[in-house]
Amino acid sequence: MNEGSAGRHPAGIPFFSCKAMKMEQKTSVRMNSIVKVYPNGVLANDRVSFVVREGEIHALVGENGAGKTTLMKILFGIEQPTQGTIEIYGNKVSIHSVAEAMQLGLGMVQQHFMLVPSMSVAENIVLGAEPVKRVQLDHREAVRLTKELCDRYRFNIDVNAKVADLSVGDKQKVEILKVLYREAKVIILDEPTAVLTPQETEELFKQLIVLKEHGHTVVFISHKLREVEAICDRITIMRKGRTVGVFSMSDMTIEKISRHMIGSDVSTHFEKKAASPGDVLLELADVSWFNEDRHVVVNNISFSLRSGEILSIVGVEGNGQRELVSMITGTLRPHTGSIRLRGKPLAGLSIDSIRRQSLAYIPQERMSVGVSLESTITENLSSVIYRDRENRRGILVNWKKLGARARDLVRDFTILTDSEKQKISMLSGGNIQKVVVAREFIGEPSVVVAEQPTRGVDVGAANLIHSRLVKLRDKGSGILLISSDLNEVMKISDSIIVMYDGEIAAYFPDIEGLTENELGFYMLGVKKQQEEEIRRCAYAKA
Amino acid sequence: MQRLRIWLTRHFDLVRLFAAVAIGVLFAVVIIYFVSNQPGHALARLFGGPLQSVRRFGNVIELMIPLTFAGLSISVMFSANQFNLGTEGAFYASGGVAAMAALGLGLPAGLSQLAAILAGSIVGGLICALCGFLKVKWGTNELVTSLMLNYVMYYLFKYILFNDPFKDARAGYVSTYKLPQEARLPQLIAGTRIHAGLIIMALAVLLVAVYMKKTSWGFSLKLTGENQTFAIYSGINVGMVILASQFAGGLLGGMGGSIQVLGMYERFQWVNLPGYGFDGVIVSILAKKNPLLVPVAAFFLAYLRIGSDIMSSSTDVTNELISIIQSIIILFVSAKVFLDAYRQKMVVKEVTSHE
Repeated sequence: MNEGSAGRHPAGIPFFSCKAMKMEQKTSVRMNSIVKVYPNGVLANDRVSFVVREGEIHALVGENGAGKTTLMKILFGIEQPTQGTIEIYGNKVSIHSVAEAMQLGLGMVQQHFMLVPSMSVAENIVLGAEPVKRVQLDHREAVRLTKELCDRYRFNIDVNAKVADLSVGDKQKVEILKVLYREAKVIILDEPTAVLTPQETEELFKQLIVLKEHGHTVVFISHKLREVEAICDRITIMRKGRTVGVFSMSDMTIEKISRHMIGSDVSTHFEKKAASPGDVLLELADVSWFNEDRHVVVNNISFSLRSGEILSIVGVEGNGQRELVSMITGTLRPHTGSIRLRGKPLAGLSIDSIRRQSLAYIPQERMSVGVSLESTITENLSSVIYRDRENRRGILVNWKKLGARARDLVRDFTILTDSEKQKISMLSGGNIQKVVVAREFIGEPSVVVAEQPTRGVDVGAANLIHSRLVKLRDKGSGILLISSDLNEVMKISDSIIVMYDGEIAAYFPDIEGLTENELGFYMLGVKKQQEEEIRRCAYAKA
Repeated sequence: MQRLRIWLTRHFDLVRLFAAVAIGVLFAVVIIYFVSNQPGHALARLFGGPLQSVRRFGNVIELMIPLTFAGLSISVMFSANQFNLGTEGAFYASGGVAAMAALGLGLPAGLSQLAAILAGSIVGGLICALCGFLKVKWGTNELVTSLMLNYVMYYLFKYILFNDPFKDARAGYVSTYKLPQEARLPQLIAGTRIHAGLIIMALAVLLVAVYMKKTSWGFSLKLTGENQTFAIYSGINVGMVILASQFAGGLLGGMGGSIQVLGMYERFQWVNLPGYGFDGVIVSILAKKNPLLVPVAAFFLAYLRIGSDIMSSSTDVTNELISIIQSIIILFVSAKVFLDAYRQKMVVKEVTSHE
């Protein structure tokens, strides 16, 4: 290298430092020592700093309750910081509303889509900043603008299609296009891959690279470290409301990241014995359900769950899984067919009777269905058993006994709290889910319906929940796992049913050699098994 | 100081309640200074009047009894997240039923009161339960049906009571015949009209507190009120809980109505809805639906009302002032973000001091 002589800048500044200055990219977002205290006293962000360079894909990772969501809400103007400053492209700003955040060039794609299903893609994209002709929406212009946008960023989507008819992956594209239409320079994606199939995830990643090439900055919030590793340039790791550090992705491995997130090494490897399925516990025969428009949502489904196995039902959301679960847990009545729980028909049984038939249910919506946020941890842990005679003294609830039981459960499930007498709303998401799981596992139920049991839950809590499910299986319970997290499914299932369009598209009695990609084909309806193969999942009664 | 601050953070609702009451009272003082020629005198009457004699303090206790029953009634029903205002109709109807029982049954003392109060309570319970039933069965809005039902009950019982065979045409005003002395509730303290209803009230408060806080039914009611989806998911028979809670609430309202008639009146002479049912909402809000605080809130409201009566009869300030105070207090108690900035500051201090 002849840097020494030839590399001199006319002004006398050494060449390499000039190069270094060039490397020093502009920052698009700089959040300085952000503190956020919520009204209930939760310190969600404790002097957090977060710096994103222009034109990079920056990962923000951390366990649940680490404060990522709060930090992003502050950046996007939904929450106000208690202390701290924000700079956008070097200008100090305070962001009081989402509208202000958008004006500053920020855009956020939420986990839950905010689209109008009855309108077209183009209409959804321009909504809120529509091109107008006199007082009307200029339809042609809207379509033109949207098409132009799609071409520029190489999005492959029919702009005239109705959003209701789109797949989940396409809906997400619409969300991203919406943000781009508002000319956002910084795009925040909150858990974008949670609802996507592997193929859709891959497509999303290609799209993100295109955005990056156009000079956009992407903030990628995720729990899936493998995805983070695949696409991000740098990573900020948070733990317990603080920033652990900012790293360049090239220096990191998944093991290193998870060590920083949790504070100790976790084995990504999961030990479990081979299943030894026994008697049929839950049996569905020709079950169908129609919605108000007489559209078939669950179409003639038959399968059985045996003791000592974890049977997973996978599928892109909205393919009848929700309704199927509602029928098994007693909130919906099947329109045809029958469901038997341990030999007894479910028809006409109340939810209480179904629970007394030893069926436990971990619901997907833990905040609205799984707990009562106004109540204490003890009360939430007791919500099913306080009516039992052994937990009462005459007409009075034996809170002493239930309190002691709650204390044991808090310890057993390592629920992080000062006292079981605290309101459950003071806990983080992962710990709330542990409360739900702890309650449902009381009395070792013979059938457990676990619906997205670890969605949005941190790695530590997820591992605990998985190992408890397996432990219960080993004791002879049957576990029905409904999940769209294929990692989870591959990790703990013994057999898998794939649902597509209300039907069973495939049944795998053994997951040996099965890949996530293969599952993806069945989930997307590209492949479907033969009738005989599918029929194998209905076992004759032992 | 540190511990006081923590205590204040934890019991912030109490702080807010006192602040609301203080603001309401302060407002009253300001208004009195504006409108009165003798503001000092008026204020002394308003706040000191009820303490001037045993009889006047007796008036406060007398008024506190129906307000407590109404407050309990509303608290039980609102705890199940059912905004049933049938207490008003239940009060009127059950007062009428109790009068009818006292006049018509001719039972001996003791038995007569028991029968009258029981009959009144059950009628009250059925009135509120009807709204609960309509809600559970057909999803009607209990607020609407209960408000309408109040008028149905009012005109129905007014018709029955102020016609043969109950109406006393020679009374000189609209009323029933005189209730027999042995059917009325005995006086408890000489020199006042405080009656045995006070003891029943105390028992009712305790019973409701045990019901709400200790029994499994009370817990079902609490969970149903807090999160109905969760209650259904937990296997609670939510329809039954709603029905039972509305019956219990109506029962308390009916008990209050019959006790009020038997304890305070020689004849049944309510020509209008008495308004206790709606006062029950104020009491319940002030007591935060806590049955043990209901008599305290009822006492406070009764004290203000009697004070205001005394003031208006002896000074130039009118009785309407009390409505202003009430409204201001309710406004501030129910305003969710009132004093939130202050609370947030305290919370921040507490959290950061743990460092």
